[in-house]
Amino acid sequence: MIFWEALTTHSFLQYALLAGLLVSIPCGVVGSFVVIRRISYIAGGIAHSVLAGLGIVHYLQVVHGMEGLSPLGGAVIAALIAALVIGWVSLNLKQREDTVIGAVWAMGMATGILFISMTPGYTTDLMSYLFGNILMVTSRDLWLIAGLDVIVLVTVALFHKQLLAVCFDGEFAGLRGVHVQRFYFLLLGLTALTVVLLVSVVGIILVIALLTLPAAMANLFARRLWQMMLLATVTCIVLTTSGLALSYAPDLPAGAVTILLTGAAYFLTALVRRR
Amino acid sequence: MMDAIVCRNLLFGYDAKPVLWNVNITIPEGDFVCIVGPNGSGKTTLLKIALGLLKPTSGTIEVFGQRPERSRGRIGYVPQHPQLDPLFPVSAMDVVLMGRLGRARSWGAWGSSDREQAVRALDEVGIADKAGHHFNSLSGGQKQRVLIARALAGEPDLLLLDEPTAGLDAHIEEGFYRLLQELNQRLTIMLVSHDLGFVSGFVRTVVCVGKEVVVHPTSAITGQVIADLYGSDMRLVRHDHRCSHDGQDQNGHES
Repeated sequence: MIFWEALTTHSFLQYALLAGLLVSIPCGVVGSFVVIRRISYIAGGIAHSVLAGLGIVHYLQVVHGMEGLSPLGGAVIAALIAALVIGWVSLNLKQREDTVIGAVWAMGMATGILFISMTPGYTTDLMSYLFGNILMVTSRDLWLIAGLDVIVLVTVALFHKQLLAVCFDGEFAGLRGVHVQRFYFLLLGLTALTVVLLVSVVGIILVIALLTLPAAMANLFARRLWQMMLLATVTCIVLTTSGLALSYAPDLPAGAVTILLTGAAYFLTALVRRR
Repeated sequence: MMDAIVCRNLLFGYDAKPVLWNVNITIPEGDFVCIVGPNGSGKTTLLKIALGLLKPTSGTIEVFGQRPERSRGRIGYVPQHPQLDPLFPVSAMDVVLMGRLGRARSWGAWGSSDREQAVRALDEVGIADKAGHHFNSLSGGQKQRVLIARALAGEPDLLLLDEPTAGLDAHIEEGFYRLLQELNQRLTIMLVSHDLGFVSGFVRTVVCVGKEVVVHPTSAITGQVIADLYGSDMRLVRHDHRCSHDGQDQNGHES
């Protein structure tokens, strides 16, 4: 196949493949928590707020010549702020959570668009922010992705007991001395970091499918959380790799192909496993 | 012997509407108490105050001589049958291990002593063979036993149960109360139930929550007490086979 031949010669394809592998691990691990705690709408809100971070960094780079800033770094900060705001407002201001998510979601996008419109020049980047461009992943991005991977995995390895208990029965976990709110925020923070990782592969708008659908598919087979995480990770690796491979020869957007594959796989699996 | 729970002049209300008032009860260690009363009378509220989840508006409550929050480590809580995502990926063992939180080290995987304690708890409630089963593949009665095992895994001295038999078949319910009777040999037990007639054959003390909170030894529960509590249209049905020692007190009452 053309893709596998090209892979041996083009470093940008190797980077893209490696990026797909690296993001699949937190995708499976954190995606499982997102699915069982039912916070995929929060993940969607966080994902769209990422545009604010990307837009501001892009503006500072072009207009103020701050070339050293990393778009991925801006994305991380925007995602963490969005997660904090959603969590804090819905816990403390007694507002309906979905309303808060909607507000953060739209304000994040509006901020991003504002800064992008103030930036002179060609706005091709907007498309790759929104729909991803895995082929533009650089070796520096790979290091950042690997670093975020390590943070996410070490955190989950340390606190999976509390995270699972809080998702299963928060009241009971609280009675056993677990700081339920603290771990809820930790889960939102992990979700934010994972969303940023996935944005580099499929873009802001498509993230939500890649974060939740592999875990949802895995959930149809797994009986325990670690099995679900493992299965979701493998599923995510297969989907990102085949999305990349299938899109290469006909020159289609890899993110869109990956998401269509993911969605199709999800509905097929749900159909086969229906009870 | 220390008292497990002591309430003095306890009053509780939501938005100035009193739910419980002037509750004075003392529950000694080793007691087996059932809280009964009509729907909305504050049975569950009393339980949540004992857990420290709700604060009394006035008056005091002490659990093992301390504020409830400080005694939580000694309390095993079995909530009302929780409505769970049917696909939630946990085994019975995973659920029981959650009872070890607060006793286990706070980071990393469960230790071997946590696993031993969880297996012991599953064994004690008689479903050690179900340890590896998917929690939601278990029957209602088995799930309820898993939730008791989860409470036992924390090595409590007091077990609080909220409507533990709601939705269970009568024959499962009886086995369930026998299990609680066995546990009562080493634990103080307090449970909320809607079904006094059934429970009275097993428990030692009945706390009636209604217009006022009254404590009765089981043998003193008469038709008149029930009528006062639930209103005059309440009718007692005899359960002779389960009330051998105090069946005389439970004759049908109609007013």
